[in-house]
Amino acid sequence: MSHVTDLPVWAAILVCGLTVLGAAIALIGSVGLLRFTSFYERLHAPTLATSGGVLLICTASIICFAVLQSRWVFHEILIIVFVLVTTPMTLMLLGQAALYRDRVEEKHGVPLKQRPPREEPVE
Amino acid sequence: MRTWFPYPLLSAGLLAIWLLLNQSVAPGTILMGSVLATGLGWVTLKLGLARSHPRRVLLMLRFGFTIALDIIRSNLAVAAVILRGRRRPPNSGFLTVDIDLDDENALALLACVMTATPGTAWLEYDRLRKSLLFHVLDMENERVWIDTVKRYEAALKEIFG
Repeated sequence: MSHVTDLPVWAAILVCGLTVLGAAIALIGSVGLLRFTSFYERLHAPTLATSGGVLLICTASIICFAVLQSRWVFHEILIIVFVLVTTPMTLMLLGQAALYRDRVEEKHGVPLKQRPPREEPVE
Repeated sequence: MRTWFPYPLLSAGLLAIWLLLNQSVAPGTILMGSVLATGLGWVTLKLGLARSHPRRVLLMLRFGFTIALDIIRSNLAVAAVILRGRRRPPNSGFLTVDIDLDDENALALLACVMTATPGTAWLEYDRLRKSLLFHVLDMENERVWIDTVKRYEAALKEIFG
């Protein structure tokens, strides 16, 4: 990384701070994945990395390359938008799969289907 | 207009993405982007997506701002819960809330917002009963979470109304 030496001091401090903070948030999210005990609690942990982590690291990247090339750089915003828009698919899929499994196993503490299945007419 | 751009917002968004990816506003790039935007607009017509008309741009900006604040706040809150560790395990639980949104795109946006804010996870939406089941990591006060979702719902209703 020879680029870092080209950065002015204020930008270097800002970029490093944001990157380290974003990485720390992603790390905390991963720790949460290990520490939490139930599947539904674990659903929350990775969203730390996909919201806060991505936001901070992409901001750092925007600042770094904008200062280095002395022009506005915006295409990192696309990364933020696409990550924010696509994570719900995976999480909803996982959540629904877990709900389905727990309902079939009749696990304790899992809410039942909101609409009970329609009863078949008895002939 | 409608024949050329069946989804004007989508086409505008695609053009914007193309320009951002190429990082230039040269005439050639704009021409290529417009061709792509129009062509892909026609392709998506075959998918028969739901149309919606978000009108209130100012309200949308305000909504975006509140969400950004909420994302930061909930990031810190969830990080605190994780770092607190096993001494005080999180008091998590399921909540249901009635959501009266007919617009599919508004619902999709609500799902994105609720997933983007750590601490709430969208689980199941019942279209007939119009109720949403979601999971909350730290349920110290049920009312607060339900009020938050209700607030999002009201804002989305105004934007897409």
